[in-house]
Amino acid sequence: MASVVVDVMLKPEILDPQGKAVHGALPRLGFEGVTDVRQGKRFELELDGEVTPQRLDQVRALAATLLSNPVIEDFDIRVED
Amino acid sequence: MRLGVVTFPGSLDDVDAARAVRIAGAEAVPLWHGDHDLRGVDGVVLPGGFSYGDYLRCGAIARFAPVMTEVVEAARGGMPVLGICNGFQILCEAHLLPGALIRNDHRRFVCRDQRLRIESTTTAWTSAYEQGQQVVVPLKNGEGGFVADGDTLDRLEGEGRVVARYVGANPNGSLRDIAGISNASGTVVGLMPHPEHAVESLCGPGTDGLGFFTSAVRTLTATI
Repeated sequence: MASVVVDVMLKPEILDPQGKAVHGALPRLGFEGVTDVRQGKRFELELDGEVTPQRLDQVRALAATLLSNPVIEDFDIRVED
Repeated sequence: MRLGVVTFPGSLDDVDAARAVRIAGAEAVPLWHGDHDLRGVDGVVLPGGFSYGDYLRCGAIARFAPVMTEVVEAARGGMPVLGICNGFQILCEAHLLPGALIRNDHRRFVCRDQRLRIESTTTAWTSAYEQGQQVVVPLKNGEGGFVADGDTLDRLEGEGRVVARYVGANPNGSLRDIAGISNASGTVVGLMPHPEHAVESLCGPGTDGLGFFTSAVRTLTATI
């Protein structure tokens, strides 16, 4: 078993209304000093067997095809220990 | 004349879309998301709603529904396809149209009768309108903000592929007030507002939306 994490974030130039809503709530809760919030998605993929370069390529393809929309989002992949 | 209307899990406006098709004078053919079958239709409407609960991203999972294999192939072959609201999101996710739809900039769901200006009458779905004609149809979305990079927006404008624009206050943060766009050949159109809710005077703000459907009937009659 191996765990691969895919983080998906809106591209920096894309407006993130959800992040703005979270950011707007922080002062009301008494949290000061946070200058910006961006909200993203984290996917945890459990793979059977070893993580090989080929398997990572598959995950990369999966992330680019389904988990993210490359028009508006970037993704980052890492293998969990 | 047979126009298919796809029902995905979570589609809401498939029945209204089918009704609009019938009022426009065509046969409405129900298409099922799970079938690899377009049942011999001449055109397809992807209706509004919340397919697959809008999970992941709006339209992201519907894009991979079995029927979409056939829809994408037919669209690339020149079949007229109209995506309304969630259907527009699906067309963008399927890369049949450029750009994407993101959450409204003001973060609230919007539901109102919306004035639009028809910017292109050369598409399969807008030939019944006059260039610059203003129409009023319902708009209802939470994630209707059309975004694309500057080059894409310039290309859409330059090639006359902005089909409709919001008139008055921008309701959802769509860049350049864009309410609808088409592919290069004008056969595939995505539209965030809902013309299928404005086809009878009994309910809705009028019958301004009917032209999208009569346009398709006219286009297909001329080509078949």
